[in-house]
Amino acid sequence: MATEVMAQAEESQTNYLNASHTVKSWLLTLDHKRIGLLYLFSISIFFAIGGIYASLIRLELITPQGDLMSAETYNRVFTMHGVMMIFFFLIPSIPATLGNFLLPLMLGAKDVAFPRLNLLSWYVFMVGAILMLITIMSGGVDTGWTFYPPYSSIYSNTQVTLAGVSIFITGFSSILTGLNFMVTIHTMRAPGLTWFRLPLFVWAHYATSLIQVLGTPVIAITVLALGFERTLQIGIFDPKLGGDPVLFQHMFWFYSHPAVYIMIIPSMGVISELIANMTRKKVFGYHFVAFSSLAIAVFGFLVWGHHMFTSSQSMYAGMVFSLITYAVAIPSAIKTFNWTATIFKGSVSYDTPMIYALAFIGLFTIGGMTGLFLAALGLDVHLHDTYFVVAHFHYVMVGGAIIGYLGGLHFWWPKMTGRMYPEIWGRISAAIIFLGFNLTFFPQFIVGYLGMPRRYHAYVPEYQVWHILSTAGASLLAIGFIMPVLYLAWSLKYGEKAGDNPWMAAGLEWETSSPPPTENFTYQPVIDHDAYEFEHVKEIKEAAAKEAALQTA
Amino acid sequence: MADHAAHVPGLAHHFVSMEQQKEAGTIGMWLFLLTEVMFFGGLFLAYTIYRAKYPDGFLQGSHLLSVPLGGLNTVVLIVSSLTMAMAVYYSQLGERKKLLGFLTLTLILGTVFLVVKYFEYAEKFQHNLFPAYWTYNPAADHPPTQYHGQVQVFLWIYFMMTGLHALHMIIGIGLLLVIMFMAHRGKFTKEYNSPVEIFGLYWHFVDIVWIFLFPLLYLTGFHVGGGH
Repeated sequence: MATEVMAQAEESQTNYLNASHTVKSWLLTLDHKRIGLLYLFSISIFFAIGGIYASLIRLELITPQGDLMSAETYNRVFTMHGVMMIFFFLIPSIPATLGNFLLPLMLGAKDVAFPRLNLLSWYVFMVGAILMLITIMSGGVDTGWTFYPPYSSIYSNTQVTLAGVSIFITGFSSILTGLNFMVTIHTMRAPGLTWFRLPLFVWAHYATSLIQVLGTPVIAITVLALGFERTLQIGIFDPKLGGDPVLFQHMFWFYSHPAVYIMIIPSMGVISELIANMTRKKVFGYHFVAFSSLAIAVFGFLVWGHHMFTSSQSMYAGMVFSLITYAVAIPSAIKTFNWTATIFKGSVSYDTPMIYALAFIGLFTIGGMTGLFLAALGLDVHLHDTYFVVAHFHYVMVGGAIIGYLGGLHFWWPKMTGRMYPEIWGRISAAIIFLGFNLTFFPQFIVGYLGMPRRYHAYVPEYQVWHILSTAGASLLAIGFIMPVLYLAWSLKYGEKAGDNPWMAAGLEWETSSPPPTENFTYQPVIDHDAYEFEHVKEIKEAAAKEAALQTA
Repeated sequence: MADHAAHVPGLAHHFVSMEQQKEAGTIGMWLFLLTEVMFFGGLFLAYTIYRAKYPDGFLQGSHLLSVPLGGLNTVVLIVSSLTMAMAVYYSQLGERKKLLGFLTLTLILGTVFLVVKYFEYAEKFQHNLFPAYWTYNPAADHPPTQYHGQVQVFLWIYFMMTGLHALHMIIGIGLLLVIMFMAHRGKFTKEYNSPVEIFGLYWHFVDIVWIFLFPLLYLTGFHVGGGH
């Protein structure tokens, strides 16, 4: 029968995973899908390291006294937590793993524009990461991930220069990935795939790549200047030698603010895909969502001063930055409304990816709106450098970016590996993560508003109840994060085999086998319809035909 | 599927056509140059801020630089951009000898630039006009030069900006040698010559950065008739 033949063909089919088995074929691969997996593996390790630091922070903060570690050690712990999580997990996360894997597939291309540059970008990332691991093993850095001089340039006795070199190198990985993606999207779309037929995941990655390409060089020169300041004392940021420490803050935040949009925009791209496919409805206001990604990217470069309201920056500059910060929230809100409108009257399935997508909408809204609290000048004077800020950015970075990453990982897991993850465990861990996350970070809004400063390891006893809730939540969150590692690994061997399109989703990536062959498609895809047109999905047409046949029979 | 019998020399397997490959390479280089603008931009920002803060220091500091040498370097780089453009032109005509000739000229001019830079830097070091000396010289109990702190600010900016530029020149010469080697091997034809053009873009960019650096650093307060 036809089905038997097909099953046999699937068994013996070569795909990008079994095409070659040697270590060399993985470490010298030019296949974007394998490079995506190399990144997935490495960033998971760095996430674990960052998570260990987070656990140490939460353990210390159970008690008001600074009793688990000295203040100096605590400084190193929260610094390394931030550095590992931001530079070695969040910034690469979705673009380097899901982006690398999916972009050529979604475009109907054989690979990215510059496959060798893609591999180089992973190696550059690993060199930077190894240098940071050496920094950790030499005692880490204690300046905060923000590296403000004069502490970082003159007084700190930690490995600031080495950390700076590491970040300088890692930045190139980000630049090369962004460059690769932009050129790929411009030049390698399949015939008929015009810009406004692209999946919103692609639009999101285009906007992200724009930020990576324009912003990262600025942190590079900033960190280089800091290195020269520290080693040669040339006086860029040292007032005694004619320099200005606030100049560092301007240069640093000129990149680091757009950097947070590098972290969130890809996640928003994932959410667009998840919601469309899990409600089987095309995204409401496609053009608005596409343009909003670009708007966030552009506006995001104009708001860096909102990190510096209390830095002695001009009050008038502060007003301008505050106003533009309110403006940059608008495109994000537009997306949120459009996603909600997409779900309305859709055919909703509550599989794990959808649970993550719904969690994203709620948590990102809270995170985004608390950002507006901080954008108000008067409020920020009270809230700056408190736990309110910490809670805000964890809501957007964990509740937003990481939730989107996990949702995408689950959604595209069958495509990447050819196996389904166990749905029940997916839902359980999504629920644990949601509960754990909120229990960890919501109390931090409260304790921050009450006045608890950030980066302190000791605090007044009145705050303890909130910290205990937070640490309890963190333990739950840790369990929630560990579970997917376990069941996803389990699924590689024991998971149910997935067909081409287990979700009956729309998108070119679902029109090839799971896992795809090395060259992505065995034919040249040609596009003649918009994104999210479910009538064109083969599996949906077949199901509809079967339904019709049953009814007429 | 790709028809291997029709393999076009120089066309990478993931590209559908030579046009697509050339377009991708060109857009890629322009994007990379955009990142370089942002990279140098940070230093131009520092220059702007500190020049506004210390106009006298910048004037005095600029007098320490040699306008003739800087001017010579400017002419050298502009001519090297011309020879590079000629090299691109001949690569598109498939004329290997002329291509190699103009690439060689570009190489010589680029090297002249770096040699002149070396002499400029050596002279500064001789007179202790390099930032590190002020903090690392334990024997001195007074600044090693009679110049005040504002001039020191100018000098570190001068060294960082021209140093970063010189590093890009060195990298450019390295890439130029690679292109010359490929040209020597006969890799470039009328059909496949985009690496030369794409490298040319990089070379022109490094030239343009210098064209901004020269007036900003060397010509502060320079008057044609009345001298420096």
